[in-house]
Amino acid sequence: MHEIDIKSIDELYADIPAKYFLKKPLALPEGLSELGVKKHVEALLSKNKTCLDMPVFLGAGCWPHYVPAVVREIVQRSEFLTAYTPYQAEISQGMLQALFEYQSMICELTAMDVANCSMYDWASALGEAARMASRITRRNEILIPKIIHPERKATLHVYVEPAGINVKEVEYNRETGQISLNDLESKISKETAAVYVENPSYLGFIETHVDEISQITHAHDALFIVGVDPISLGILKPPGEYGADIVVGEGEPLGNSMNYGGPLLGIFACRDDQNMIRQMPGRIIGLTTTVDGGKHGFCMALQTREQHIRREKATSNICSNEALCAVAAAVYLALLGPNGLRELGETIMCKANYAMRLLSKIEGLKVPVFKAPHFKEFTVNFDGAGLKVREAHEALLQKGIHGGKNVSEEFPELGETALYCVTEIHTEAEIRRLAEALEEIVSAGGRKSYV
Amino acid sequence: MFRQAAWNEPIIFTLGRAGRRGHIPPEVEETVKKAVGDVYGLIPENMRRRNPPRLPELSEPEVVRHFVRLSEMNYGVDSGLYPLGSCTMKYNPKINEELAGSPKLGMVHPYQDERTVQGILEILYRLERWLAEITGMAEVCLQPAAGAHGEFLGALLIRAYHKHRGELDQRKDMLIPDSAHGTNPASAAMAGFNVVVIPSDRDGCVDVEALKAAVSEKTAGLMLTNPNTLGIFEKNIEEIAKIVHEAGGLLYYDGANLNPILCKVRPGDMGFDIVHINIHKTFSTPHGGGGPGAGPVGVKEELAKFLPVPRIVFDGERYRLDYNRPYSIGKIRSFYGNVAVLLKAYAYILSLGFEGLREVAEVSVLNANYIMHKLKNVDGLALPYDEKTPRKHECVFSAKPLKAKTGVSALNVAKRLLDYGVHAPTMYFPLIVEEALMIEPTETFEKEELDRFVEAVREICREAQTNPEKVLKAPYNTAVQRLDEVKASHPQTMALSWRMYLKKHATTKP
Ligand SMILES: Cc1ncc(COP(=O)(O)O)c(C=O)c1O
Repeated sequence: MHEIDIKSIDELYADIPAKYFLKKPLALPEGLSELGVKKHVEALLSKNKTCLDMPVFLGAGCWPHYVPAVVREIVQRSEFLTAYTPYQAEISQGMLQALFEYQSMICELTAMDVANCSMYDWASALGEAARMASRITRRNEILIPKIIHPERKATLHVYVEPAGINVKEVEYNRETGQISLNDLESKISKETAAVYVENPSYLGFIETHVDEISQITHAHDALFIVGVDPISLGILKPPGEYGADIVVGEGEPLGNSMNYGGPLLGIFACRDDQNMIRQMPGRIIGLTTTVDGGKHGFCMALQTREQHIRREKATSNICSNEALCAVAAAVYLALLGPNGLRELGETIMCKANYAMRLLSKIEGLKVPVFKAPHFKEFTVNFDGAGLKVREAHEALLQKGIHGGKNVSEEFPELGETALYCVTEIHTEAEIRRLAEALEEIVSAGGRKSYV
Repeated sequence: MFRQAAWNEPIIFTLGRAGRRGHIPPEVEETVKKAVGDVYGLIPENMRRRNPPRLPELSEPEVVRHFVRLSEMNYGVDSGLYPLGSCTMKYNPKINEELAGSPKLGMVHPYQDERTVQGILEILYRLERWLAEITGMAEVCLQPAAGAHGEFLGALLIRAYHKHRGELDQRKDMLIPDSAHGTNPASAAMAGFNVVVIPSDRDGCVDVEALKAAVSEKTAGLMLTNPNTLGIFEKNIEEIAKIVHEAGGLLYYDGANLNPILCKVRPGDMGFDIVHINIHKTFSTPHGGGGPGAGPVGVKEELAKFLPVPRIVFDGERYRLDYNRPYSIGKIRSFYGNVAVLLKAYAYILSLGFEGLREVAEVSVLNANYIMHKLKNVDGLALPYDEKTPRKHECVFSAKPLKAKTGVSALNVAKRLLDYGVHAPTMYFPLIVEEALMIEPTETFEKEELDRFVEAVREICREAQTNPEKVLKAPYNTAVQRLDEVKASHPQTMALSWRMYLKKHATTKP
């Protein structure tokens, strides 16, 4: 204060009209010591029950997977953790290279050519993909499957509505859950900017007619957008091999914790097509050389698409994204490699199908609802048992098990149905416990209400 | 002398050896295996993966070494001064990391029964109340993942408000000062508005006359940053609010610069209707090299009904998620927000309290004015706009005189600063200052650190006069020297992934 010749800090605020200054303290806490903060927060968190306290069979867009210790160690390195976006490339090579490697691994996984260094989550990535497709094709309609996560659908609507893009839903086959090709054929038109499918679908089954969907889409000069759970791609065919033009997805399973639903990691990739690349949203890291050409290095590329340069004409407003979650994904994928990812995919699919088998033996339950292959999530219908999902959930909770997500209101046509998720973290014993508990609950029957 | 590690670390795809791996997924129990059989039998032929993804094959120690080396070629707030203007690069308390790393949060699923997540709901609910109190708003929504996401939500709320009043077709103009951050116009455009740029006046503030001329029955709102991106408080805010409100528009507050006014003055009291907060700036959560952050949005009472679902409600006994909001705009993402980040902000506010946050604001302003004072007589730098007006959290200098005299630009000064082990200021922003260097020291660097920075800038300006070549070719002490950014974006040479690189350069390998 002495050096800048002021006697009171107030002098530095003298330009703010006096009337705005707070007259009394705000209703905020007192300020605590570090130990005080720790005790306070830990006491609150201890009220939560976690996957460690009870088996939880929830998925639906955020899934319990094991995070190897190495991943956490690396993302806590303070040079990564406490850095800003790598605007100054020369002093930020570490982050830039890690993000470039993330992008490259996403490309390998999805069989696409270009990926950005992240979107906020799958839902917002889908919104941006739809807008991108509309800009490229100059058309204003997106076809989506009727079976889609309701939050993703809601987000998509909010993202595209201001751009004048309409969203239409394509029917599904009631037996198999698969997108109805007939309905797709009847709805696709010269207005269609893109057709979107998810694999595995929201309700856990694998969409198998992707080659036909791709062919129908491209026959109408529309773009094919595919949404993925990347952890399935060690064993399932990657969207780049069935004609996807844009791939979106949720990267949370790749080395990130659930954290009550955030942060997440929006995956966004497309084909090597200049027209598409120029329309991509988000930050993209490129491999380049030093000015003298002597050494390789990395920097942010194609910034002229972005808000800080293009302002209202930018391809997106995104600035800060989920970079550190992308680094976690890169470390995770590097640890697993192709073999680990394949084995993990086998493990997950095996355990989930084991659970399906056990549950399907329980009289009164229909598991799964659709006749189709399922990866890690599947539907359980309680109609035959005369039970509401809510009742079954309540009874399970009393037995120390958290059942699947109730989707009865989202898809009334499916009756009393829940979406269950089984991954590598679930043990055979836990799956058996679930089956036994459900068996008991069902045999106690619809007679008894648990609510 | 600063020297950053220069490992020449190969790209990960060229490391390791076929068959190696760094992690073994959990075993499948024999009975499970037997019961299910071959999983490939369950996948239709056409949906099986035929070509394994070409991921690297490394042992666990190899993976660790690779990424540790990369981290050593990066620079964070923990490494040293990071005066990146507009980004509020303050120290990130370690206790917050420890708390956010708890399995009591990490292992909680967003669709768990409300009765099993009362702890985290209580934290989020209280954080909403605290942020509402700090900004002077009625309600806060924690969902946006970053500042720009918050802006997008804000613009959608403005849209919903006018639509509700039957005026959306008419109100398409979003007024945005020329000093605004690029996300403001981009967010407004994404939400379907036309951007109308309002010039700044001689003081670096919104030109009130120009604003008066720009408002009309087409005005949807004004997006304003206050203090603005020059670090100057918009002293005419009362009149600005009146003009916009009288025209029927709403006032949006870009909270990127909230730090210097914390617990001093509040956007809500100045007439703002909507604010976003950059949690990763003002509330000390680490930026992670580009996120995750969080961009909560606060609103006045009459806009609360439009906020995304679900809202966290408390019935006096239990916290619940309320989806029954008929006027809600819907969703802008999945679930409830970047919870792990928000928890750190909760711990930050808890540790500082009202008085502590006020001190944060005051010291950040003191530090910025100290830097301004120390740099204003440096030969080569100009201080645009009235130097008598105290700056708030940051100050913006222009290297235009230096460039005219020596050819050394703001970019070159920034690059040379890296050699001193100091992160560069923000360059070429705001756009209304030529050769801008935007400096935000924050409250968490001591006088000695600030003096080192000032001395470095001074020396660089001196060097520019005596040995401009040296400055033009900087940096020297970083992991690599100046990079060819044009090459990175040129269609012929661009390599945005390893496979794209291999396709283009089949022979050479980095
Ligand atoms: C003034 C201003 N507004 C908005 C933003 C965007 O915030 P975010 O990066 O969190 O999206 C920034 C970030 O740099 C900013 O400086």
